[in-house]
Amino acid sequence: MRELSLNVMDVAQNSVRAEADLVTITVTESDKDDLLSISIADNGCGMTEEQVSQVIDPFFTTRTTRKVGLGVPLFKLSAEQTGGSFDIVSQVGKGTRTTANYVKSHVDMTPLGDINSTVCILIRCNPGIDFVFTHTTDKGSFTLDTRELREVLQGVSLDTPDVIEWITQYLEEQTQIIYGGAEL
Amino acid sequence: MKSLAELKAIRDRAKASLDLRKENPNAARVLVGMATCGIAAGARPVLNAFTEEIQKRGLTDSITVTQTGCIGICQYEPVVEVEIPGEEKVTYVKMTPEKVARVVNDHLVNKNVVTEYTIGGYTK
Repeated sequence: MRELSLNVMDVAQNSVRAEADLVTITVTESDKDDLLSISIADNGCGMTEEQVSQVIDPFFTTRTTRKVGLGVPLFKLSAEQTGGSFDIVSQVGKGTRTTANYVKSHVDMTPLGDINSTVCILIRCNPGIDFVFTHTTDKGSFTLDTRELREVLQGVSLDTPDVIEWITQYLEEQTQIIYGGAEL
Repeated sequence: MKSLAELKAIRDRAKASLDLRKENPNAARVLVGMATCGIAAGARPVLNAFTEEIQKRGLTDSITVTQTGCIGICQYEPVVEVEIPGEEKVTYVKMTPEKVARVVNDHLVNKNVVTEYTIGGYTK
């Protein structure tokens, strides 16, 4: 994967298939502490301890269209190749949390990439699921919670083009602020 | 700054036209393969290109763009399936954002399959 945001999109699909209705994506980066942390948590069907140990094996997959499952192994590799760490905590019936920690300055660090595009696509393609996206840097933090948007929208679907447009611009503005970009 | 007030205005506008836009049974479907293989091969810009092109042409009511999983032909990713009700499903392979405009124009609008981009055209 060229960008970590693509790993996030990939691993978040697992939450969708686990029939989660709430997916929480948290990105925390700090130049000060030289770390980037990504966590994807859902309230889907969860996994047994045995399944958790299987998903990090590239030759394990629940799907029948092919014999390999590279989503989680690639995500794990992206973190471990920077000297970071990777962890999956899961409970059957409760949900799953996947966390990847990176050493930001490491030469093998993959860029985070366009995480906002990932979040937008996830919302657009899964209007029935709620997403909570939090992005934090040394300069600040913001959260997009589709449950709050839903309250305002009163039945108008999140995948309405104008709504997606609003979300895109909101994410862009907030990102600029936490990266300390131009004053708005 | 984007405000919730603005979102409310969007809601009111959307509600006013709600009857027109929701649940069009004759809507064509564009399915972009977004499993690990598709994403790694560059499916995200392809999906974004479809969304933009369809929005630009004001076709959001008659064409829906959505993601699908892996259909088992990972070597041909990014794979896009086009389903028009009453017609046979068409599978496009090795898609790029540049190819998108032609698929929308020729196939989705004018109903002429872009044969050279399809899996049949590619493997020939």
